[in-house]
Amino acid sequence: MPKSKVVAPPLHAKQSLWLFASALLVLAPLVPHLPQWLSALTALTLLWRGILLWRHLPLPSRWLLAFTGIAGASGIALHFHNLFGRDPGVALLVLLFALKLLEMHTLRDGFAVVLLGFFLSLTQFFYAQSILNAALTMAGVTLTTAALILLNHWRHPPVRTVRLAGLMLVQAIPFMLLLFVLFPRVQGPLWGLPIDAFSGLTGLSDSMSPGSLSQLSQSEAIAFRAKFSGAYENKAPPQTTLYWRGPVLSQFDGRTWRMGRVFVSNRLPYQSSGEAIDYVVTLEPHYKPWLFALEFPVTIPPDGVIATDYQILSKTQVRARMRYEMRSYPAIVAGVDESPAILREAMQLPPFSNPRARALAARWREEFGADDGAIMRNMVDFYRRQFFLYTLSPPLLGEHSVDEFLFDSRRGFCEHFSAGFVFMMRAAGIPARVVTGYQGGEVNPVDGTLIVRQSDAHAWAEVWLRGRGWVRVDPTAVIAPSRIEFNMAQALPAGEARPLMALPGFVWLMQMRYRWDALANVWNQWVLGYNPQRQRDLLASLGMRSPDWQQMTVVLTLICGALLLGFTAWALYQRQRTVPALAAWNRLSKLLARHGLARKPWEGPSDYAGRIAASLPGERRAVAVEAARIASIYARLRYGATNAPDAVRLLKEMGAGIARIQRLEGQVPAVAART
Amino acid sequence: MSLAATLQERFFRWALRGRAPEASPITLTQRRVYVLPTRQGLTYAVSLLVMLVGAINYNLSLGYALVFLLTGLGITAILHTFRNLVQLRIAPGRCEPVFAGELASFGIVLTNQRDEVRPAIRLRLPGQTSIEVEIAEQSSLEARLTMPAVQRGWLPLPRVTLETNYPLGLIRAWSYAAPEQRCLVYPAPAETAPPVPAMPGEDGGAARIVAGMEDFAGLRRHQPADPPRHVAWKAAARQDGGPLLTKLFTGAAAHTLWFDWDMLPASLDVETRLSMLTRWICDAHDAGLAWGLSLPGSELAPAGDDSHFHACLKRLALYAQE
Repeated sequence: MPKSKVVAPPLHAKQSLWLFASALLVLAPLVPHLPQWLSALTALTLLWRGILLWRHLPLPSRWLLAFTGIAGASGIALHFHNLFGRDPGVALLVLLFALKLLEMHTLRDGFAVVLLGFFLSLTQFFYAQSILNAALTMAGVTLTTAALILLNHWRHPPVRTVRLAGLMLVQAIPFMLLLFVLFPRVQGPLWGLPIDAFSGLTGLSDSMSPGSLSQLSQSEAIAFRAKFSGAYENKAPPQTTLYWRGPVLSQFDGRTWRMGRVFVSNRLPYQSSGEAIDYVVTLEPHYKPWLFALEFPVTIPPDGVIATDYQILSKTQVRARMRYEMRSYPAIVAGVDESPAILREAMQLPPFSNPRARALAARWREEFGADDGAIMRNMVDFYRRQFFLYTLSPPLLGEHSVDEFLFDSRRGFCEHFSAGFVFMMRAAGIPARVVTGYQGGEVNPVDGTLIVRQSDAHAWAEVWLRGRGWVRVDPTAVIAPSRIEFNMAQALPAGEARPLMALPGFVWLMQMRYRWDALANVWNQWVLGYNPQRQRDLLASLGMRSPDWQQMTVVLTLICGALLLGFTAWALYQRQRTVPALAAWNRLSKLLARHGLARKPWEGPSDYAGRIAASLPGERRAVAVEAARIASIYARLRYGATNAPDAVRLLKEMGAGIARIQRLEGQVPAVAART
Repeated sequence: MSLAATLQERFFRWALRGRAPEASPITLTQRRVYVLPTRQGLTYAVSLLVMLVGAINYNLSLGYALVFLLTGLGITAILHTFRNLVQLRIAPGRCEPVFAGELASFGIVLTNQRDEVRPAIRLRLPGQTSIEVEIAEQSSLEARLTMPAVQRGWLPLPRVTLETNYPLGLIRAWSYAAPEQRCLVYPAPAETAPPVPAMPGEDGGAARIVAGMEDFAGLRRHQPADPPRHVAWKAAARQDGGPLLTKLFTGAAAHTLWFDWDMLPASLDVETRLSMLTRWICDAHDAGLAWGLSLPGSELAPAGDDSHFHACLKRLALYAQE
């Protein structure tokens, strides 16, 4: 069959307007994540487009757009020093999208804008996947779908368009849920990700220098959640036991503490003893391998190992929200038989740094002789006696940071206290190291989970004593006991700037936040945290015997097929609505059927009336006259002017006529019955 | 016929559930409405695939959700597009006769029994451009499809393609229907024809006519000496570039015209003769004359009204065809 070449038809102004509106909604959530100059450029482009739309002006020339495009792309390359990462990719896509809006001539261009809009809706999830983001995306997708409908049928009235788009998306939701639950999940990434894939995430790092933790403590982001079971169901163990062990830092270069060399194994390096605490941790992705657990953990998750410094590590970076069950024994004695190599590392100090601290440590060593425990207690006393101040904004420290902190400024945060402590121990020849992690957390009264935020980041000291192994010493607990017993907000002196939520007098805000957070937790657990493992567990609990991808595909296909059948039935269903006049007309036919005078399908009113008159002679003439009257009324109602003013009266007359025929028929026995 | 053409023909026959034409009214049942993605639909699917790979790679749970929602939207589009066409009823409408060489216009009555409007339904005849209609809820409308009428005789309505890609343009639903309908095609009036035989008698012999001014008697080729008000302008306008004709008037004793097959030279072939007869009939009708038509084996008694005009043309159209 010859097919004529179809030239893409031009866009109508109404279509452009809708595409423009959907573009605004799609771009809005991305703005905070773009370079500021690009946001400004995009805003300008959109403003320009808006003015052109408003004034019905022609679109700019392609040369101008090409120039803007090249300039923008160069700007992105300069800004990111790269064009092939995640962020430059998103930036380029935004630039392309904005320029495409200005180069939107034909329907095909419009369709490209719609597809780009869907892509950009996806990219905003790189930065946030909250409930709010989901709602915003839903609005964006609805508007974009409406724009797509108008793209094909620009005469479609706006309200009907949005309603249709909404209806279609509502009908799409069952398919989305099915696919979401049953589509065989693959744990990404499929290939190496660009380095910047996880930029902008805060969390504990593998090093600590003055200021790094206090910066982290300003962040209200959630590090992980823990749900306790057994004795601590719906609450948490005492705050003073909530030491969530993270990276252990045993190397010091005079300013920065770093992780030492560690070896990993699948076997526990200690014996469990004392009271057990069972809990499940839901860890936010932090793109580092460490998994947090209360001291000291005895469970090694399936994909995890335990290091010689008692740190639980994942074999890969934690790139997705991760859920693991854990058991800890706070009373464990660890490291009584510590290897000499580790102890040597735990005594290493850079030469010539912090002379004053070294001198003090040497004096204490002389004073207490071989009693390491006494030196340790003396250091704790030193902190207690010397009026140290716990503050989020300590002064900057110079080259001999420990000296300056211990003897001059005496103002610091947990990293200063722990670093000073460990330095003094090492200077006195006692093995010691800095342990970073989180301390405490708050129980959400709504769902009973313990929420640990980045602001709970903490650093403490671990000292090795002969016969007692590694002993935890938390100098911060000495200087600001309420930091450990309650939280940071309690420990900070009045007047110190603190995170908004930590301000007193925001009880109702706290309540709201608890509720919201409980919801967010459910969202995280079931929507965002729905990974291959979760999927297998869920499907197994729903009764699927071996939830592998084949079975999932079969079940998915079956249910989708059933759903499709249901929808097809809906598509085929149509209410049989009979016009009242037709109903009365059919009644007449039924009434006369016993004389063999049922109306033939092709008979019009006058033909039918004529046939009745011809076959009802003599005494039954009255019926024929009545039928003729009804036929003429029916013809007027059905084929006359629509909405005749006397339609109701005519309809009543028809009914009365049929009633009269019924009466007449009642008096005279039917012809058919007689013969 | 090539293999492809044969297969296509067989497909159409299968798609129509038997040989065309079909009995009316035709309802497009679900079994004869076909659904396939359009080019845009395929692009959409590829885009979703790319988005899915992105969502997997970056472990974006909401990315999965978005891709699945859009997949659901695509599936819903199939249903909506299908629904827009299915259960549409088709019946033949009016079809006026045309002359060969003109456009035959077929009326197709589309009935929507649903309580919802059916927008953007396109109808197309093979090789012709399509027309788009919107059928309001619980109503019917007559769409007019045109195609060139080439040959005289009955022109059957070819297979009609009904299609829609409402609402998203991602999916195309289509169906074929061949309602029983035919258009009568009259022979094309000859561009040049001998002058209307002006004075044939009822007996076919010589006429005894006193040329007068009262009654119109016929036409003959214009001669410079004829008065301008006797020129048959109407006939001239009908036939651009043709010869001017002069109306002849007679007294009260006017004779009826007879257009006889045998009056035309025997050397002419059938089609040429038919088209010349057509020309004569048209001219006589335009001039408001009465005429009779005599064909081998049949004859139509003289008259001058419209129904006679059409009856004659029909006779010519179907000459040697039935």
